[in-house]
Amino acid sequence: MCTYATVQTTLDGSAKGPDSSWFHVTDGTVYFDHPVHAMAEHTLNIDFANPARGPSARVAVELTAASARNLIAAIQAALESAPAELRS
Amino acid sequence: MIAGYGDDEIEAYLARPSDDGPRGGVVVIHHMPGYDRGTKEIVRRFAELGYDAILPNLYWRDAPGAAPDDAAATARAQGGVPDERLIGDVGGAAAYLRSLPTSNGKVGVIGYCSGGRQSVLAACNLDLDAAVDCYGAFVTGTPPEGFPLKVTNLVDQLPNLRCPLLGLFGKEDSYPTPEQVAELDGILTANDKPHAFHSYDDAGHAFFATDRPAYRPAAANDGWERIQAFFTTHLGG
Repeated sequence: MCTYATVQTTLDGSAKGPDSSWFHVTDGTVYFDHPVHAMAEHTLNIDFANPARGPSARVAVELTAASARNLIAAIQAALESAPAELRS
Repeated sequence: MIAGYGDDEIEAYLARPSDDGPRGGVVVIHHMPGYDRGTKEIVRRFAELGYDAILPNLYWRDAPGAAPDDAAATARAQGGVPDERLIGDVGGAAAYLRSLPTSNGKVGVIGYCSGGRQSVLAACNLDLDAAVDCYGAFVTGTPPEGFPLKVTNLVDQLPNLRCPLLGLFGKEDSYPTPEQVAELDGILTANDKPHAFHSYDDAGHAFFATDRPAYRPAAANDGWERIQAFFTTHLGG
C-alpha cells in the first residue's frame, strides 16, 4: 500500500551525503511506506534533507518497523545519558 | 518533453512498437516512488503488447532532472501531486498519444498504487477510452483523522466516470481494504458504470512490482492477461 502518511519536521545539523560530502540538514521527512531499496514491503523512511541545495541533498534511511523502534529507543537513551546542561 | 497541466513542459518516457499502426495508446501513471525503472519497464511492456505507451513524470516540476528517488522524496515533502495538476498532466499525455501518426484515436490509462486512484481520477475528468486501477487507495474510504498528506476520496466524482474501469486488487491489502473495493464496486454498479473487478488471494498491495517482496507472480500474470484483454476490447481497432 501507499500509506501516504508523511510527517515533516525542521532539523538543524549535518549529514554526510552524495559524493561523501557533508551538508547542513534543515528538514526531516518521516513516513511509513514503500522503501526504494530495503527488502521489506513497508519501512519507516527518513529523509534528512536540505531542500535549498536541491533534491539530491538528501540522506535517505529505510528501516523495518522494529528497527525504527530500536532507533527511537537508542536516540532516547543516548540523549538521556548526556548531562542535562548539554541536552538543549 | 510533453505539454502537461497549464501547458507546462514536463518530462515523459515513451515506448512504441516499430510498425506503422494504427493502434491505441496507454498512459501509465507511476506510483509514489516515482518515475522509476520498474514503471518504465511496464511502459515498455505495453509497447511490446502493441500500444504507444507514455509515462509522464509527475514530479518533474518538483525536481527537474533529479534522480527518481530524490524527486519522489521532494514531491512527498511538498505534499504530493495536486489532483488538478494530475488531470492536466494525464490529459497532456493522452493528447500527445492521440497526436502520433500511429494513433487510432483511443487512449487508456493505468495506474499503480497512488496511481490507481489517479487513474480513476483521470477517467472521471478526461475523455479516455478505458481505465485500469491497480490497488489504488482512497478511491473510496476516508483517510484517517489527522492524516498528514492531503488526499481525498473520489466518491463524489464516481458518477462522472467516463469510460469502462478494470480494477485489480489484492485480498490481503489494507489500502484499499476489500471492504473499500466492495464499496467502489457498489457505487459503480448503482451508477450503471461498466467495470470489472478482480481481487486475488495470497496477494496484498503492489503484487505487480517485480522488484519488491510484494510481487506475486500468479496474480501479476493473471492481471496482465486481464489488462491485455481489456485494452484489446476498448483500445483496439
